[in-house]
Amino acid sequence: MTAPLLSIRNLRTWFYTEAGVARAVDGVSFDIGAGETLGLVGESGSGKSVTALSILRLIQPPGRIESGSVIEFEGKDIVTLGDDEIRDIRGNRISMIFQEPMSALNPVFTVGDQVAEVARVHGGMSRRDAWDRAVEMLALTGIPDADSRAKQYPHQLSGGMRQRVLIAMALMMKPALVIADEPTTALDVTIQAQILDLLVDLQKKIGTSILMITHDLGVIAETASRVIVMYAGEVVEQAEVDELFAKPQHPYTEGLMHSMPHIGHDQERLNVIPGTVPAPTEWPAGCRFRDRCPYSWDRCASEHPPLYQIGTGHVSRCHLAVEPERRNHPHPPVVVEAGVAAA
Amino acid sequence: MLRYIAQRLAQAAVIVAIVATITFALIHLAPGDPFSAVMDNPNVSETVRQTLRAQYGLDRPLPEQFVRYVSLLAHGELGWSFSHERPVREVLGSALPNTLVLMGVALVGSFVFGILIALFQVSRRGSVTDHVLSGLSLFFFSMPDFWLATLALLTFAYWLPIFPVGGAVDPVMHEYWGLGGRIVDRLYHLALPALTLMLLASAVVARYQRAALLDVLPADYIRTARLKGLTEPEILRRHALRNALLPIITLVGLSFPALLTGAFFVEKIFAWPGMGYAVVLAIGTRDYPLVVGGVIIGSIMVTLGSLLSDVLYALADPRLRSR
Repeated sequence: MTAPLLSIRNLRTWFYTEAGVARAVDGVSFDIGAGETLGLVGESGSGKSVTALSILRLIQPPGRIESGSVIEFEGKDIVTLGDDEIRDIRGNRISMIFQEPMSALNPVFTVGDQVAEVARVHGGMSRRDAWDRAVEMLALTGIPDADSRAKQYPHQLSGGMRQRVLIAMALMMKPALVIADEPTTALDVTIQAQILDLLVDLQKKIGTSILMITHDLGVIAETASRVIVMYAGEVVEQAEVDELFAKPQHPYTEGLMHSMPHIGHDQERLNVIPGTVPAPTEWPAGCRFRDRCPYSWDRCASEHPPLYQIGTGHVSRCHLAVEPERRNHPHPPVVVEAGVAAA
Repeated sequence: MLRYIAQRLAQAAVIVAIVATITFALIHLAPGDPFSAVMDNPNVSETVRQTLRAQYGLDRPLPEQFVRYVSLLAHGELGWSFSHERPVREVLGSALPNTLVLMGVALVGSFVFGILIALFQVSRRGSVTDHVLSGLSLFFFSMPDFWLATLALLTFAYWLPIFPVGGAVDPVMHEYWGLGGRIVDRLYHLALPALTLMLLASAVVARYQRAALLDVLPADYIRTARLKGLTEPEILRRHALRNALLPIITLVGLSFPALLTGAFFVEKIFAWPGMGYAVVLAIGTRDYPLVVGGVIIGSIMVTLGSLLSDVLYALADPRLRSR
């Protein structure tokens, strides 16, 4: 990785709910390099999306960024930027593609208008020029007959088309970074592959970095060069994509890999990681994964694991890094003994 | 779309005919007749009563009277007003413009003002200003119109005699002023009743609009708009308001008939010579043709109002256009 485009350090984004303070993102640090595709993996509730929204300062009350910094390319800290400055970055230098292409588009405006609006805000373009540029972008994302499609409303387009519209919107200003938050989850499998190919293809043309957020390791394998695994508001493992698939270090990463279904293998049931992510209002002390972990021992309850260095660019938040022999004695996870096994 | 409007207009004609028929039957079933006052006077002889009844055809069987009334309508006439001793067309013709001016100003003003208040509140949602304005709008939302009208009259026409106590124009001087003077005179008389109605109606609009905007704000496309780098006021005006107009359009459709039917209590208190006043008085004096004429206009406006809101829905939301 060359000089980082974006350096996130000790980011904490908390939500002040009635149930207590939900520490959704709790001390996250990582870098995104220029032009690279960084995968961000984890199950629902791990803090992936909140991390992404924090990068753009799109956290709405009762949530707020408690502390930490997001230093961008020009050395400015996004966390402390003024409202005008952060608006200048949104949609311009950093943009985002959402999971739900239907609800992310405004139903009462034509898709052409909505794409053109980005250029009117940031490019200071006239209505006419912005529209022409929008049609150009829509054509570039593979929308056939973009001229007339631009005049249609979101409900007149298919799911895949709408996702292309969102991609056109995100790439309109040739941003330095595109955050793609589960961009293919709501689409059919065949369309998913097309959209991923399109993203990779456009990334090459424009030279943008992509932060690919997903719970699907298949998407990561296809697009990312480096991977960050998040669990319970923290980074638990980080490695080059090949290294991660070959030698996953954190038991949570291992669990994610095991739970992928394999085509061609007859499987009665899917392997799953037992239990669920604990509530963000009460992260357990010590290791946050220990109740679901087949290797956990007393140290995991008493000592919060730091990020241990495994190899070049490979870190893991698990005490197994210093006591590897524990891996030889797996046991049923605590949650199974407590609940699932009884049921 | 045009075909749909034509269909709706045909339906509207049927509804208006039914409403007119029912009103005709009901008002004739009510005890008394236009000459009750004359009839009850012991000095009036039986011959005079019979003559009056015969003169206006009130001695004929009801179905015959109805057929006659319908043939009048077919000729574009609305009949003769007993209490005003003028054709109904003339009575309504002099009351309608007054009502249209009063209600037009009050309704347009209240929608503009109400929407602006709601936008202002939502841009400062959760602040003290927002809460104070919510409290105020609830206060005026709950206030009866006759009460506010009386208070306004007492305060600004009696204790602080800034505005006239009533009427649409100065009863003496209006005829002698030039065009400019007449316009000023009309505005001067319009101010209190129009502001009273506006205050009440804008409270309703503001409450509906604020709630509708707050419903829209959590939507994903609002987040998309923030992501584009738009400012909060731009997001409210461009992306949120357009999607939050549907409940307001319903309200526009429901208020539309009031443009011509008026507001009885406010007209009565400010002695405003409008439709509400004329038609309610006509019920008391059993002025059959005037009542039915007023109801026909009202029912036409109700059906047009609902058609209007359907057309506005389609304009506001492209998803409804294909229907």
